[in-house]
Formats: sequence, structure tokens, C-alpha cells
Amino acid sequence: MEIIKPLLQYLAVLVLSPLLLGIINRVKAFFAGRRGQPLLQLYFDLYKLSYKTPVYSRTTTWLFRAGPIIGLSAILCALAALPFAGRPGFLAFDGDFIFLIYLLALGRFFTVLAALDTGSSFEGMGASREVQFAVFAEPAFFLALAALSKATGKQSLADMFLALEPASWQAAAPALLLLTAALFILLLAENSRVPVDDPNTHLELTMVHEVMVLDHSGPDLAYILYGAALKLWFFGALIASSVLPRHSGSWFYDGAAFLGMMAVLAGAIGAVESIMGRLRLIKVPYLLMGALVFSILALLFQTGR
Amino acid sequence: MNTFAELIIVFIILLNLVLAVSGSLSVCIRLAAIQGVAAGLLPLMAVGGMRGRAMAFAGFIILLKGVVFPWLMFRAREKTGARRDVDPLIGYPASIMLCLGAFAASSWLGSRLPLPHSGVAFIIPASLATIFTGFLLITTRAKAITQVLGYLVIENGIYIFGLALFVEQPLMVELAILLDVFVAVFVMGIAIFQISREFDHIDTDQMAELTDWHRPEDAKW
Amino acid sequence: MLFLLLSLLILCFSALLTFFCNARQARANFIGASGAVVASVVGLIPIVKTLFRPAAETLSLPWPVPMASFSLALDPLSAFFLLPVFILTAAAAIYGVDYLNADGKKPLGSAWAAFNLLSASMVTVFLAANAVLFLLAWEVMAVSSFFLVIYDHEKAQVRRAAYIYLVAGAVGALALMFAFCLLGAQSAALDFASFKRPEGPLAAACFLAFLLGFGLKAGIIPLHVWLPEAHPAAPSHVSAVMSGVMIKTGIYGLIRVLGVLSPWEPWWGWTLIMAGIVSCLLGAVFALAQHDLKRLLAYSSIENIGIIILALGLGMLGRTMGMDQLSALAFGGALLHIVNHALFKGLLFMGAGAVLHGAGTAEMEALGGLAKRMPRVTFIFVLGAAAACALPPLNGFAGEFLIYLGAFGALNGPTNIVLAALLALTALSAAGALALAVFAKAAGMVFLGEPRTSAAANAHNSGPMMTAAMTLLGGACVLSGFAAPLLILPVSTALGAGFGLRTTLDFSGGAATPLIYLSAAFLALAAIVWILAEIRRFFLAGREPASGPTWDCGYAAPTARMQYGASSFSRPLTDFFQPLLRKTLNMPVIAGYFPGKASFSSEARSVVFEHVYAPVFVRLRGLAYRFSWLQHGRLQFYILYIVAALMALLLWKL
Repeated sequence: MEIIKPLLQYLAVLVLSPLLLGIINRVKAFFAGRRGQPLLQLYFDLYKLSYKTPVYSRTTTWLFRAGPIIGLSAILCALAALPFAGRPGFLAFDGDFIFLIYLLALGRFFTVLAALDTGSSFEGMGASREVQFAVFAEPAFFLALAALSKATGKQSLADMFLALEPASWQAAAPALLLLTAALFILLLAENSRVPVDDPNTHLELTMVHEVMVLDHSGPDLAYILYGAALKLWFFGALIASSVLPRHSGSWFYDGAAFLGMMAVLAGAIGAVESIMGRLRLIKVPYLLMGALVFSILALLFQTGR
Repeated sequence: MNTFAELIIVFIILLNLVLAVSGSLSVCIRLAAIQGVAAGLLPLMAVGGMRGRAMAFAGFIILLKGVVFPWLMFRAREKTGARRDVDPLIGYPASIMLCLGAFAASSWLGSRLPLPHSGVAFIIPASLATIFTGFLLITTRAKAITQVLGYLVIENGIYIFGLALFVEQPLMVELAILLDVFVAVFVMGIAIFQISREFDHIDTDQMAELTDWHRPEDAKW
Repeated sequence: MLFLLLSLLILCFSALLTFFCNARQARANFIGASGAVVASVVGLIPIVKTLFRPAAETLSLPWPVPMASFSLALDPLSAFFLLPVFILTAAAAIYGVDYLNADGKKPLGSAWAAFNLLSASMVTVFLAANAVLFLLAWEVMAVSSFFLVIYDHEKAQVRRAAYIYLVAGAVGALALMFAFCLLGAQSAALDFASFKRPEGPLAAACFLAFLLGFGLKAGIIPLHVWLPEAHPAAPSHVSAVMSGVMIKTGIYGLIRVLGVLSPWEPWWGWTLIMAGIVSCLLGAVFALAQHDLKRLLAYSSIENIGIIILALGLGMLGRTMGMDQLSALAFGGALLHIVNHALFKGLLFMGAGAVLHGAGTAEMEALGGLAKRMPRVTFIFVLGAAAACALPPLNGFAGEFLIYLGAFGALNGPTNIVLAALLALTALSAAGALALAVFAKAAGMVFLGEPRTSAAANAHNSGPMMTAAMTLLGGACVLSGFAAPLLILPVSTALGAGFGLRTTLDFSGGAATPLIYLSAAFLALAAIVWILAEIRRFFLAGREPASGPTWDCGYAAPTARMQYGASSFSRPLTDFFQPLLRKTLNMPVIAGYFPGKASFSSEARSVVFEHVYAPVFVRLRGLAYRFSWLQHGRLQFYILYIVAALMALLLWKL
């Protein structure tokens, strides 16, 4: 039984994550009064890209071809350790969230190197901003998980989410609210959503993540887009698991509630993207410092008990 | 009820953080007003808080802090024609880290002081942090009007501190403080108006000229 | 022990031989390098045996020097520190054969003699069980490395760097002598085994003096100012050895004397924690602002030393508060990181040497596109850079993982510890993200993109020996990343020797399960990478990818200088940290409608040196000049001084 359920969960994540982007785009279109792309657009895009012939720049080396592969494998490995609806994935051990955060950093490192490989100022600009935001986002991420660990007294993600109950929300409401807010800001930052980055334009002034992958094409671009969808699922799953403390004991109902919460979260992201404008680049570190402050406050609130 | 009180305390602390970094005068005034309203709602969350006298008192506080004081401040701002920006002199990262450090230090201080334990956690640290934020506002902004604002925020903090100590009869203490504040704001409003009329600005930086201490080498013998 | 003595003898003997071979370069290379390699292999045998089957061996010979005895002691802690010494010495020796070969006019024999002497003295430092022997080996280490640093003495910058290094070493040795005297005053002899903890404030004075002396060698901020000068100035294989193992002698000394000075006060742990936080954050920030590759790597060493010191401080604080799990994991993580850092930093410095050797410059603004000229070096350098950022599945991850795990476990403890853990977590994660920026910049600016100057465009690939040495270290990085659980046993025995048996058990208990799971996860990661590569090959089957120029938004004539450079890449971050960095910008003056050529430069000088040390040294020099009238050169007066001193002594004795 230990293999079947995690395998089904993993497959569900692999299949359903492009749907999140579809929901976000539909919500944004609704706010703009448009009809919007089909919900399954990303699936069609991935299929189309897989069979396109890529164009490689003469400046690039093996790193450019390896970057998307390593980025996608990092997030795939991370999802293997991520809990689904509070149930553990394939791997669960003390300190697994440290491993997950560093896996994301691995993906980031090779994406940045692949961007610098092209020798273009656009990619260099995006890479430079990406590493700058990471300096403020990583401490916020670590401390948010530290607050969660302290609130639940556990050190493995699956244990933490299993230990979250409605009673713990009542006891530790401020800390949990603050760390959920911090995680939401981090979701917006790491997945290049407004107000940190604009996923739709390709103007260098607004790009952080989109410009780093400007020269990729074909299956490489398919890997990158799919990896972005999986990363969105990763962060969304963390928030959804923190917010949904109810464990009814049935795998099926918990899973359904979790999937519903992910869809609601995608809608919320779409709403936030439509309501807010993109922040000036100088202010983005301030936003991330705000997330860091939320995490520290959450931890301090837990310390007093 | 306790949870709601805690959430209000958290909200007050978050308002402190936003006040510390905010650069717009009207936003600061509104935030201080919201903080005052939240502080006024706090005693209603306490045990047995829904009595008539407490509700009337809370209503009075909310009216004063949420309506009267902001109205006075906005009026002073219009009369003096103050500019909108009141960016902190020490920059965003330093301000927010100072405010956070103040909260941490207040938590430590609160655990050391021999004070009675109220049912709500973090009420002492929140009050001390609010007082510190008020001081931060006074020292890191250049306009005289934000100094009045800082004073208002300090008063919010003192009010919350008083709530933590005097659970039963905050009335007399609070009325005395409020009278103080009301007179101070009123007088300061007039003073600011007069200063601005005299000097065409209310930049405290430039008011150092008011000193009449001269250096010995300037003295003419 | 016999093997170790044998390896010491081989090193000293080959040093002596090469010293006389200055004229015959090939012979000097052969004798020097083979001496180092053979000695390292010989020395590794007892080391590995001691690490996996813990035992303590001692050797004691009488020595006519007062208060000294030639006593060597090999226990698991020394063996653990000696492991990277031998590996790096062998690799650096192989590397040095090709690296130093380009110079026809340099005294190669002396360089190899100094190198082997450096290795011999480091081995003695780790084995010494007597304070006088320890200090003697310490000084020999400083002097031999000085001669290596000043190898390129034609350049004024190298001379200045070597001078600063010499002064720093002297100050450190002075502090150590003072501290050992304090310790030795309590006991009869100056043997480590007979040291006892002094009473009250003397223990604090001891701790601070040792921290000063060993901190100067390790490179803790603010005692680090010699590191960014000396490490870039030395030849690259020497920089690898210095950064990889020589600065760890400071850490080793600190652990040894902390063992003597236990039980510890809480403020000692707090001092180390704050020093570690400052070092890792400032080291990373300073590294970000550099545009010389070797200087960047030197500051990165400071950052990693900061992480190690932070972990040691956490462990000390945990031990004083009774949190054994925290202290075991923190100490274990520190030890593991020591070995891993030696491996990847040695690798990185060797890569920088390959760049310097091939392109003639280590200035990142003049490099670029070296991946096409030296592909293997690029691959290994990127591997080393990923290891330096503590990225899974490479070896830099395991040590930091254990430190994080300890800090997270400590969150459930008393408030003091929670505060320390909070500070440690913030500093570690921020330093990790900064390190990612630093190494993305280093690897990207030097190897990727288009070459920015003709020197980079015409760079030549490095020789076979250099590549072999780097491949050896790269393989070691990959191996110790995937096989981290194998290192649990050596680390626990070393912890037992350094901190007591309880730590061994706590460490094995707490670290084994996560590390094993991690290795499984690393294998899964490697498998996923392979699967994705195969899928991509399947998609591209039968299709030839097209090639074209990088997309340039329709710009007609892009040049290589339009790429993001080293300073522009780190500009957002260095602007944010400007109050700490105080970098100066020389902006071009652009006037008129059709301006001609203009140039921009930015410089981030060493803040601590300029604002803390330089004024002090200038004052001291002024003070010393007041007494320069004593040195007038007249022989009669010197004889008069001697006579006056003799008369004074005679009168005093009467």
C-alpha cells in the first residue's frame, strides 16, 4: 500500500498541474472582460513544443541544453517528497523541506547559468534580478517553514501538515496566518506572478523569469513551461496544506478537498494578478523583506507560548 | 474571544510595521486612526466586556481616535500646505528591521518585567512596540506634523499598556490621558499653523536655525 | 604513526633535494611533485585506518628545547583534518607540475621545497601534542607559505599582499604564544595532555586569545584582511592548499583548545555565533562585489569559514544549555563542511588557475566564452561552483543540511536557543542565496557567453596534469556528495575525539537516517535527469536543430561588451549593500550629442582594511618612525649600546 497511493498522488500532480495555469489565465480573462484561453491550453502548448525543431544560438554550450533538463528534474524530485493533502509522498524524513528548498535552488542555479550562456544582455538582466530576489526570498521561505515547524513541533513536512488541526489554528492563529501570508508572497515571487514579475509580457523592463528563457525553443521550452507549472503546484500545495487543517481520515475526501483548495488558490492568484499592478523593481526586495518580517513575526509569536 | 483579541493585537503590530516604512502622510494618518480604533475595540474582547459602560466608553474612544484626531491632523495638513512625502530618513530596510527588533526586544522586556499576566498573549510587547514605533516616527521623519502623529501612536501604545494592567477600571486613567492628548493635539495644531505662517514650511531640519547659540569664533568683540 | 613519520620524512627530504635543483626545472618538478604525492599516499593509509577503526596513537621523543617534547598524537580528530590535507597536497602537486612550468626564469626548486615544507608543517600541526612543537610547526607553515605567496615577486601587488600576510601571521602567532603561556602556567609542562582549564577570568582571557590567534589564521571577519590579498597573489595550486586546508588549522586549533577549556560559558558560544554570522554574510557580500576571480574565491572561503564557526558556536551554546541533539548535529555539520569545503574550494582555485594560465588574466570583465576553449575545465568548474552553493546532489549540501537540521530541531528549546537558531537560519539562508549569486557570476562571466577581449578569445587549454588533478577533486566532490552516509562513521569518531563520546552517539543517531534518505533522493534525482535527457533525445530524433545567433531584438551590431558583465550582474545586490561595501564608481562624463569613447569602472576596496587596520598601521608606523633616530648606522654607537646594556645587567645583579 505504500507505493500505490504515493504513486497515484504523484501522477495526479503531474497530470493536473498545467491546469492551474489554465485556471489563472481564465480568471484574469474574466476580470478583463475577455473570454480567455482554453483551460487546457498549456497541454496543447506542451504537445506542440515537443515536436518542434529547436534553434540553438551559436554562443551556447552544453549548459544551455542541460539547464532545462536539470531544472525540470529538480522540481520533479521535489514533488516526490512533497506531501499531498497532508499525506506523505515517496520520501519523508526529518529535514526534507531543507532538501526541497535546495532543490529549487539547484533549478535556479542552472537556469541562471543557461541564461548567461547565451551571451545576451536580456538574459543577463533577468539572471541578475533573479539572483537578487532569491537573496530575500530564501530566508523568508526558511523562516516560514521554521515557524510551521515550531507551531507543530515536527521536522518533516508530512508530519507538520498531519499535525495541523482546527485546534492548532485556534491556538496558533496569528503565527499560521502570518506564515501563510508569507508563503503566498513567496509564491508570487518564485513563480513570476504580478506584482513581482509579469508572465505575459516580453519587454525587458518587466521581465525577470520570462527573459531568462527567451532563447529556448522546442522540447527545452516545453520542459521549462512544464517545470513552471509544477513549481506553481509546489508552492500552492504548501499553502493549501497549511490552510486546510481538516483530516477526515479518508484519502479520497481529503484529496478532493485538497484539489478543490488548489483550484480556489489558483483563482485567488488570478484575482491578485488582475487587481494589482506590477511593482517597481526597487520595491520588490521590500515586498520580499515584508514576507521575511511576516515569517520572523510568526516565529516570534510561537516563541512566547 | 481570546483569539479575536490576539488577532487584533497582531493587526496592531502589523500596523506598526507599515507605519514605520510608509512614506505618505495621509496613509500614515489613516493608519494611526485605524490603530486607535483597533485599540479601542480591545476592551470589548475582554471577559465581561460587553457591558453598557464599557461599550459607551469604547465608542467614545473610537470616535475620538478614529474621527476627531484624523480630522484635526488633516486640517493641520491643509492649513500648512505640507507636502505628501514623509519618507523615513533611514531607508526602508533599516526602518522595518528596527521595528521588528523593537518587537523582539519588547517581548524580551515583557517577559522580564513583573507584570500581571493578562489572558491575551503579547499585549505587553505590542504596547511597548507601539510606543517605540511612535518614537521611531518622531525621530526618522522630517516634518513637524509627523511628530504629532508619532505622539498619537505613542498614546495608542500607552492605552494598550494601560489595558493590560488595569482590567477593571481603566476609566479614570484613560480619561486623564485622553484629555492630555486632546489638548496637546489641539495646541500643536495651532502651533504648527503659526510656525508655517512664520517660516513658510514645517521642516524640522531647517528649524535648527532657531537656536541662538553661536560659536565663539562668530562672536564679535 | 610510523607511516606518518615516513611521509613527513619523504616530504622534508624531497624539499631538501629540490632546493638544490633550481637550474634543472624538470628534475625539480619531478622530485617535488612525486615527493608530495608519495608522501600523501603513504600518509593516507594510517588516516583511513584510524577513521574507520578509531584508536589513538602517540609518539613521544625527548627534545633538548626547554618545556618541549617531540610528541605527536594521532587521534580521530587529527586524522579527520589530515584527510583533506593529503588529498589536496597530492592533487595540488600534480596540478603544479603543469602550472608552474611556463616560467623559465623562476626558481622552481625553491617553490617546490617551500610547498613540501608547507605540507610537512601542516601535518605536524595536526599531529602535535606539545605546545612548543605546535607553535614551531605553525611558524614554519607561515614562513613556507610566505615564500610561496611571494613567488611572483615582480609585481608590487604580490609583494604588498605577502607583507600583509606576514604581519597577520606574526600577530596571530603572538596571540597564540600568549594563550599557550596562560594555559601552561597552570601545569608543569606544555603538553596538550597536561593542560587544565584555568580559573575564572583567566579562562575567558585564554578563550579570547586563542580566538584571536586561531581566528587570524582561519579568516574570521574582522581578522580576515590578509586572506583576500594573499590567496589571489599565490600561485593557484598554493591558493588551493591554503584555502582548502591551511585556514582549517585555525579551526582545528580552536576545537582542541575548546576541548581543554570545557566546560564553556554561554557567552563563548554567542561570540562564535555572532562572529560566524558576520563572516558568512559579509564574506558573501564582499565576494559579490569582486571582479577578480581569485579574490572572489578568497572571500567565498571567508564565507564558508563563517558557516563553520557559526555551527561551532551553535554547538557550544547547545552544549551549555544541555541540548545535545543540537550540539551533535551542529558540530558534525561543521566537521563535514570542513572536508567538503576543502575539496570544492581546492577544485575552484585550480579552475581559476587554469583560467589564469590559459588567458593570462583572472579579471572577469576581460574574460568570457572560455567554455569553447577549455570545455573540460568548464565542466569541472561548474561542478565545483554547484558544490560551493551547497546544491544537491554534490558534497557541499550535506554539511549545511546537518547544521540546518540542528537549528530546526533547536526551535523547540528554551528561548535563548530559539533566538540563536533564528539568527543562524536567517544568516545561513541569506548567505546561501548570496553564494548562489556569487558562483553564478563567477562561472557565468568567465566561461559562458562571448569572449570580451582577445585574451579570452585566444585562451589555451590547460595541460593534462592540471586537468587530471581537477578531475580527481571533481570526482571526490561527486563521490562524497552521493556517498555522504559513508562519512558518518569518520565524522562521529572525530566528534568523539574532539567533543566527547556522548556527541558521537547523538550524531550517529540523528544524522544517519536523513543522510541515507538524502542519498536515495540524490540517486532518484540522477535517474530523473537521465530519463529526461532520453525523452528529449526521443523528441529530437531524426531532426537536426537549427543554429543561429542569439536573439538580439533586431540590433544590427551586437558586441561582446554588451553582455552583462561581472559588476552589472551583481549591481542590484551591491547597490542594496552599498553601506557595507562602500564601492566607488567612476562614471563617464558624457557631453554633447555625439560622445566618443567613455569608460566606466567600479571598485570595492576592502572596507575593514581601509577603515580599521590602515589607520592603526599608519599610526604605528608614525610612532615607530619616532624611534628611527636609534638606527643611524654608526658602528661605534652600536657597540656603545652593547656595553651600556652589559653595564646595566652587571649593576642590576649586584
